[in-house]
Amino acid sequence: MNESRRDPEARHGFAGARPSGGGLGAISGPPARTIAPLLDIVDVARHFPVRSAFGRKIGAVRAVDGISLAVWPGETVGLVGESGCGKSTLGKTIIGIHAPTAGEIRFLGREIGHLPPRERRKVARDLQYVYQDPGASLDPRWKVRRLLHEPLKIHTRLSRKQRDAAVQAILRAVGLPDAHLDLYPHELSGGQQRRVGLARILTLHPKLVILDEPTSGLDVSVQASVLKLFRAMRETFALTYLFISHDLAVVRTMCQRLAVMYLGRIVELGETAAVFADPRHPYTQSLLAAVPKIGAARVSRTFSLEGEPPNPRDVPTGCRFRTRCPLAQDVCAAEEPALREVGGQRVACHFA
Amino acid sequence: MSALWFVVSRLARDRAALVGLVLILGLVFSAVFAPLLATHPDDVYELHPAERLRAPSAEHWLGTDRMGSDMYSRLLFGARITILIGVIAVGASLVIGVPLGLVAGYYHNWVSDALMRVSDVFLAVPQVVLAIAIAQTLGPSLPNVILALSVTYWPWFARIVYAESRTLEKEVFIESTQALGASPWRLVVLHVLPNIASPIIVRASIGMGFTILTAAALGFLGLGPPPPTPEWGRTIAESREFLPNAWWYAAAPGLAIFLTVMGFNLLGDGLRDVLDPRLRRGRHRAA
Ligand SMILES: Nc1ncnc2c1ncn2[C@@H]1O[C@H](COP(=O)(O)OP(=O)(O)O)[C@@H](O)[C@H]1O
Ligand SMILES: [Mg+2]
Repeated sequence: MNESRRDPEARHGFAGARPSGGGLGAISGPPARTIAPLLDIVDVARHFPVRSAFGRKIGAVRAVDGISLAVWPGETVGLVGESGCGKSTLGKTIIGIHAPTAGEIRFLGREIGHLPPRERRKVARDLQYVYQDPGASLDPRWKVRRLLHEPLKIHTRLSRKQRDAAVQAILRAVGLPDAHLDLYPHELSGGQQRRVGLARILTLHPKLVILDEPTSGLDVSVQASVLKLFRAMRETFALTYLFISHDLAVVRTMCQRLAVMYLGRIVELGETAAVFADPRHPYTQSLLAAVPKIGAARVSRTFSLEGEPPNPRDVPTGCRFRTRCPLAQDVCAAEEPALREVGGQRVACHFA
Repeated sequence: MSALWFVVSRLARDRAALVGLVLILGLVFSAVFAPLLATHPDDVYELHPAERLRAPSAEHWLGTDRMGSDMYSRLLFGARITILIGVIAVGASLVIGVPLGLVAGYYHNWVSDALMRVSDVFLAVPQVVLAIAIAQTLGPSLPNVILALSVTYWPWFARIVYAESRTLEKEVFIESTQALGASPWRLVVLHVLPNIASPIIVRASIGMGFTILTAAALGFLGLGPPPPTPEWGRTIAESREFLPNAWWYAAAPGLAIFLTVMGFNLLGDGLRDVLDPRLRRGRHRAA
């Protein structure tokens, strides 16, 4: 682990052999080895205590259970997996809503997982989270204008006039008319709320933005325009995204790299094109089997897997996926497979 | 301003709330203009032994008391004391209870537990009993009545604010504001407090009625402001030896207390309906 911390890229397959002609071309090629990752999390876990009626701790929900992942400046990394596998919890642990139970969170070269609250809040200027439900994430009693001024009030010493100018600029960038400044969130449509939510965060010019299921609940046409907006913002503000989704079709169009999560762990990690072309983990394979082909009707059904994932309160021994895996053998119950390099990806499976 | 208009116009549609509103406005009007409305404004301090215990008449609309003072005029000036007690006691309870409730609601550690245990202790003792004990110890006077009522009423606000904060904290916008980097101060004062203002206002209205009733009880027991203050509760106590003949002596202040307390309760119930955020949000969605 120490070794990997010194050279985080080694963990993610950039140092090793890569499939030549990865398919995404120059813009999405792997970052040069000399650049330090923006975000580098190492063995991060977040458990939620389960308490009895008398407040005694009787167990733990292992929502995130040992995840290492690095994100380099300028890339968009997808984080996919079934609902309840710990995607949001990982995102919220990174931004400090949840304290990590274990592990390190390095952002811009600094460990931020254990900073005192005041210091931790300052990190938010560079590290932001876009909530899944944009309507619910805006204070219903605040007008859009005040909502957009708030981040600037928190993190800058700009005058009222300067803030007004910044708000105007961001409003134009996300494509909202000035008239919306005097509306309450509930007076906006879902797509407009999404834009306000994004504007609120982008006024700070953060370096890393975590997008939590940003297209869920939107109908297909709105979804397309919102994705377009995310791409445009990425160019305009030189953003890096951690893109949480369970919609693989969307992830495929948005992300250069992809991490597949199952029950609090990453089971496969690699370039999106490589993972889609040649998924190595049986879980990834079953996920991809459920992705509609281009031209076919979009079904928003999740996965073609048998049964439900196990409860994160009661994680199976050995490989977490073995209870639903067609390939499972004795070794899978005995030993938890480590993420290891297979082809261009990193895969946690004894049989990959 | 438009929010106030919205509340008032909605209140006006609910008959019970409207009655409450009218009663309270009447009380405030009486208190403010007591010197003008009173037929014998000087009777609050002057004695007219020759006129004592007169039945209601054209000269004395509500009769006279044992000192020969005009009951109607004394009631009007009593309204001032009633409002003074209610406003200061409830105001002080708000000033103590709301911040403590917010602090307890924000933290998730021993601070919350300690604050809520303390308020539980206060709530476990009936307010009148505690107020009597305090007023008795400190001696009968207006400031002591107000103090006794404030000390006994703040836990209601602490409780409500705490419970409402705990419910509100599950809202995504509270978490997203924290994620934005907002300080606890900003979060609690600018986001939590405005969103839980409605139940606080409702409780304040009901608390006015409750506090005024308790103040009257203290007055009745001789623990209120001393004579010749025209306090309603003590007026009823004075009347006892002249009952049932001088019925107006007890009936007039009794009715005044009853209408005041009922007014605040009706208003509180009406406000609860009008300000309920769920009902309001539903209305907006429908619009
Ligand atoms: N605040 C919390 N307290 C207790 N359990 C939680 C909390 N947040 C999430 N969990 C649990 O952690 C698991 C992962 O949840 P989540 O991260 O929301 O999954 P995802 O975003 O992938 O759908 C779920 O079993 C969920 O019930
Ligand atoms: Mg989620």
